[in-house]
Amino acid sequence: MIDVKNLEKKYGENIVLKNISETICKGEKVVIVGPSGSGKSTFLRCLNLLEVPTGGEIWFEGNLINSRGCNIDAIRMKMGMVFQHFNLFPHLTVMENITLAPVHLKLQTKAEAEENARRLLSLIGLSDKAEAYPQMLSGGQKQRIAIVRALAMNPDVMLFDEPTSALDPEMVGEVLELMKSLAEQGMTMVVVTHEMGFAREVATRVLFMDEGEIKEQAPPSEFFTNPKHPRLKDFLSKVL
Amino acid sequence: MFELKIFTASFIADKFVQTFIEEDRWKTFASGLGVTLFITFFAAILGIIIGMTVAVGKVWCYQSGRLKILDRIFDVYLTVIRGTPTLVQLLIMYFIILKSVDNGIIIAILAFGINSGAYVAEIVRGGILGIDKGQMEAGRSLGLSAWTTMRKIILPQAIKNILPALGNEFITLLKETSVVGYIAITDLTKAAVAVQARTYDAMFPLVSIALIYLLLVTVMTWLQRKVERRLAKSDRR
Repeated sequence: MIDVKNLEKKYGENIVLKNISETICKGEKVVIVGPSGSGKSTFLRCLNLLEVPTGGEIWFEGNLINSRGCNIDAIRMKMGMVFQHFNLFPHLTVMENITLAPVHLKLQTKAEAEENARRLLSLIGLSDKAEAYPQMLSGGQKQRIAIVRALAMNPDVMLFDEPTSALDPEMVGEVLELMKSLAEQGMTMVVVTHEMGFAREVATRVLFMDEGEIKEQAPPSEFFTNPKHPRLKDFLSKVL
Repeated sequence: MFELKIFTASFIADKFVQTFIEEDRWKTFASGLGVTLFITFFAAILGIIIGMTVAVGKVWCYQSGRLKILDRIFDVYLTVIRGTPTLVQLLIMYFIILKSVDNGIIIAILAFGINSGAYVAEIVRGGILGIDKGQMEAGRSLGLSAWTTMRKIILPQAIKNILPALGNEFITLLKETSVVGYIAITDLTKAAVAVQARTYDAMFPLVSIALIYLLLVTVMTWLQRKVERRLAKSDRR
């Protein structure tokens, strides 16, 4: 589904991603962990071209997305993204936040989009917030609505960039629960996070990034119990 | 005794009749007021169009790193317009660039619109830069184009934040139009001066138009507050 070949990202002389090759298949839940500054967020943001790679190729469903001829907007419709700081649109109601893109991009009529939004909102138990503005919501509610906003586009893959890092501890749970149920429904997910419990429980594969490279990857059982790379051992000893 | 005289009711009534009623002079003021409002309104619209275009264009050039020449052209425009007096720009328009155009009001609208556009551009640009870049990323990540995201997500938030500054700009514009007398247009100010030349009384016409300007600005301020309140509905908690 996503094929990354020799991906490289430099800011001037500063190399953030070094020659990364990775394949993510349909249905996989890939969790990326690593110390801050390791390039894991940059890697994730390269997948939908919010960061433009300076070298290498990124293929998504048969399209080379970092090429001039590629219509990146059409690709992004199929790749949902959830941000650390939610990035809800503060001037729009929850309903408008969710329906803006599908209606504007003519994927759904306004009535269809609103019906779909109401269905999604009832799934997360926030039906009563449809006409509320983001300012009135708690962090956990905001992030769950941001997830729903991405889901409203019916994406093939969801990218999560530290979705719980900006939340109060008591609100982390509700967001992780939603992500878990999404995983159970078979959504392909790529998640950058510091939530090791989530990685252990949900991931089909855990990647450890450090210094712009994937230093180690394994299924969670092996990843957490039998780490091989010394940097990973050191990292796990600090976070677990 | 003389000082007291100017404050008596009958004196004021006399002056009022002399300034506004005799020879139907109120018509001079009324048409001057109309000209002032006409120039201000259309110059403001032109300023908004130019300002938005330049602001969005500059932000786009800056973020994409493309079309540096366009960016330079915008910079020259901003530098020249903000670096020279409005009256000088108006005179250059009238006597040089649009010499062959004989409609002074059109020239004034163009001169003030182009002038105001430069200030609006910088206000709007500041407003756009003040919006968190996560908003653009969120819009783009949903598959919306840069232009759609700008129009639907960035600009509405930016305009809400810059409304007080924009209000300022249009208040300044209204008052700046008082120099159009220089290119033989009879606006509100010129009307007062014309009446003064007939009646040999300076105080009554000038104080009157000062009060009219003040009233106009008060109305503009009121309108601005009204719009501000309407746009602030998403701020309620």
